[in-house]
Amino acid sequence: MTQKKQIHLAAHFPGVNNTTVWSDPASGSHIEFESFRHFAQSAERGLFDFLFLAEGLRLREQGGKIYDLDVMGRPDNVSILQAMAAVTSHIGLAGTVNSTFNEPLDVARKLASLDFLSGGRAAWNVVTSWDEFTGENFRRGGYLPKEKRYLRAQEMLDVAKQLWDTDGGEFDIHTDQFDITGRFPVPRSPQGHPVIIQAGDSEEGREFAAASADAIFTRHAEKQAGMEFYADVKGRLAAHGRRHEDLKILPAATFVLGDTEDEAAENARQVQYQQVSPATAIAFAEQVWNRDLSDVDPDGPVPSFDPKTEDDVDSGGHISKGRASVRQYRDPVATAREWRELGEAKGWSLREVVIAKNGRHTFVGTPQRVADTIDDFVQSNASDGFVLVPHITPGGMDPFVDQVVPLLQEKGSFRTSYEGTTLRENLGLAPVRALSQS
Amino acid sequence: MTFHLAVALKDTGWHPAAPPGDVLEPDFWVSQIQEAERGLATLVTLEDGFARRGLDSVLIALRAGPVTSHVGLVPTVVATHTEPFHVSTQIATLDWVTAGRAGERIKVSADPAEAALFGRRDPSSETREGLFDEAIDHVEVQRRLWDSWEDDAEIRDAATNRFVDRDKLHYIDFVGSHFAVRGPSITPRPPQGQPIVTALAHVDTAYRLAARCADLVFTTPDGVGRDGPTGDAATTLRGVRSAEAEIGRAEPAQVLGDLVVFLDDDATAASTRWTRLDGERTLRSDADVFAGTVDQLATKLEGWAAAGLDGARLRPAVAEHDLPRIARDLAPELARRGLTRTAYEADTLRGLLGLAKPADRYAGVQS
Repeated sequence: MTQKKQIHLAAHFPGVNNTTVWSDPASGSHIEFESFRHFAQSAERGLFDFLFLAEGLRLREQGGKIYDLDVMGRPDNVSILQAMAAVTSHIGLAGTVNSTFNEPLDVARKLASLDFLSGGRAAWNVVTSWDEFTGENFRRGGYLPKEKRYLRAQEMLDVAKQLWDTDGGEFDIHTDQFDITGRFPVPRSPQGHPVIIQAGDSEEGREFAAASADAIFTRHAEKQAGMEFYADVKGRLAAHGRRHEDLKILPAATFVLGDTEDEAAENARQVQYQQVSPATAIAFAEQVWNRDLSDVDPDGPVPSFDPKTEDDVDSGGHISKGRASVRQYRDPVATAREWRELGEAKGWSLREVVIAKNGRHTFVGTPQRVADTIDDFVQSNASDGFVLVPHITPGGMDPFVDQVVPLLQEKGSFRTSYEGTTLRENLGLAPVRALSQS
Repeated sequence: MTFHLAVALKDTGWHPAAPPGDVLEPDFWVSQIQEAERGLATLVTLEDGFARRGLDSVLIALRAGPVTSHVGLVPTVVATHTEPFHVSTQIATLDWVTAGRAGERIKVSADPAEAALFGRRDPSSETREGLFDEAIDHVEVQRRLWDSWEDDAEIRDAATNRFVDRDKLHYIDFVGSHFAVRGPSITPRPPQGQPIVTALAHVDTAYRLAARCADLVFTTPDGVGRDGPTGDAATTLRGVRSAEAEIGRAEPAQVLGDLVVFLDDDATAASTRWTRLDGERTLRSDADVFAGTVDQLATKLEGWAAAGLDGARLRPAVAEHDLPRIARDLAPELARRGLTRTAYEADTLRGLLGLAKPADRYAGVQS
């Protein structure tokens, strides 16, 4: 009997965003190590492939002031991942490391160190920085024009791989961005290369992932869109000499459970209202309208006037700083119209529209329903698994681990023990070959 | 006053012919740090540098944090090639992980080979003074970032939907000749408020760096610095104090003397071991080298205490041999003589050093 396609699960400890419900009495510290220990050990108990942490390099601002409505403040991600290696033994440790405000030698050495000190469990989510705003915290400032940032990211990754492949030997690398020479201080780490993750939906992002990544994070957690994305990205692999299974496609999703479908739906509704307070609803609308909306009633209709474009704003730029998601409002006038039409059609308030437009994909239902849905999604090639994001930290993953994981195991589509000792093995990826051998 | 016993960890030992070991394995480092903790050491330092073979010392400290309980963890930070913003959050994270046991040793690099690994600065156009000034700025930025969140900035006020009180978060707006940093930090103020900054100093430039930015200074009594012999314990202490007086520093730094040690049951065995290893590769050391018995070393350190040093940072010549001797034989002897502690009396590195948590420089300041 052929084995069913296996589901890969990752756990994201969310940093700064409105989806983390800090006002719930069950919400713990997001900075003390105990929270990270709990979260990591819970995900490992659930046999997850890895846990993931995003990166923060500047506190967000809105209207010229520090944004104060969400959980904010977090540890350095690679550092806290390394500490979690001490209290876990199998789970992978994945962190975002920006390519714009780091140097390849330092990044490659840190990730190789994480790989050694965790026994082969390191992963790197390679990203670019999106604005000069973040650059104000770094020596080199906002020095890199936008069009060069992807180039730097690609070169950073290429250079890091070359450094890892030196096996602690000499290198002499000259690219558009880097002129570096010497001896790489770390021998080849247990995984050869830490697992490479890429996020992003754009054409460049898809190509970058197909060429270079071991896993890709996506927002496509709807089945049809997921299947299309999956087919597209997997279809690009062959052109880069890679196999179908060499790249794992992992959408982000959250979940809300209940003993009955009705109870789960009610729980989900409550969570959504906790995530989008009246103040958060106004803040999100301001990000589209690009102006102060403090006089707007969040429980009233979507504003009837149009947003300001960035050119209108006297001070220049956008009211919201340091928030990548604002980029999705490329046409704010059209977005505002869409929100207004949705509100009118459904009879929804501004807050209800924000809830509908900004929610992460959520699996809602009984544990059986959620297990069935996830399995169907993966078996239908809409994804290879999910990056799950609980709305409570640090205990939010526990109900999934205790109630859903055993059902996935019963279906034969989820492991009952870790297959390997490295993350690469657990993700079912081929061992890394040195460049000289490939 | 407790005389502080600190241990400096470097590879498999400070003698270049120390037998090889699994320096790439977490257990190698964890067991050494646990051994130092067994000896009630105040802190361990971890050597580092980008041009030397080995793992990142900040990550080694983080790996050891959850599996140790009292010893201070002091990795090395090369100010010349790192971002102060990144370093400040890394050290703050170490402090959160260890509930207040983090420190760092700030290091300046003038090594052209190290600069070539980064390829973004030209060492031939830089002066030593300039590099030390840059390191001073680096620490200043880190310290301001640690203070940029007041301790009670997180309010979780459900009534107003505010997670933080933004009046308790502060831009640091540092502008120096090497870089500018806006702030605030992404990481809330660490448990110690300010983790412990340390520096090794054996020349005047380094004494000035120490005076400007270190809580704790390592000197090399009877050693050899860049400018020649460093002088005895009292002389090195005076070097630190006069640099402090020059800038009008109010609170003096604590000063620990460095010493490479070969410890054996009799003095001849220790010096024979040194000679034998030197036959393979010669030990060249900035710090004085001691070869002898536990009793002799304890007596020497009593002399340092009498000269006014606050402690000693011992560098085991061969980690697998000399570190257990330090932890299991020397430490109890020092305690028996009333020099060092008999049990950990505090849970934080600041507490062990008798230093209070500093006030936040921005508390009450309007942004």
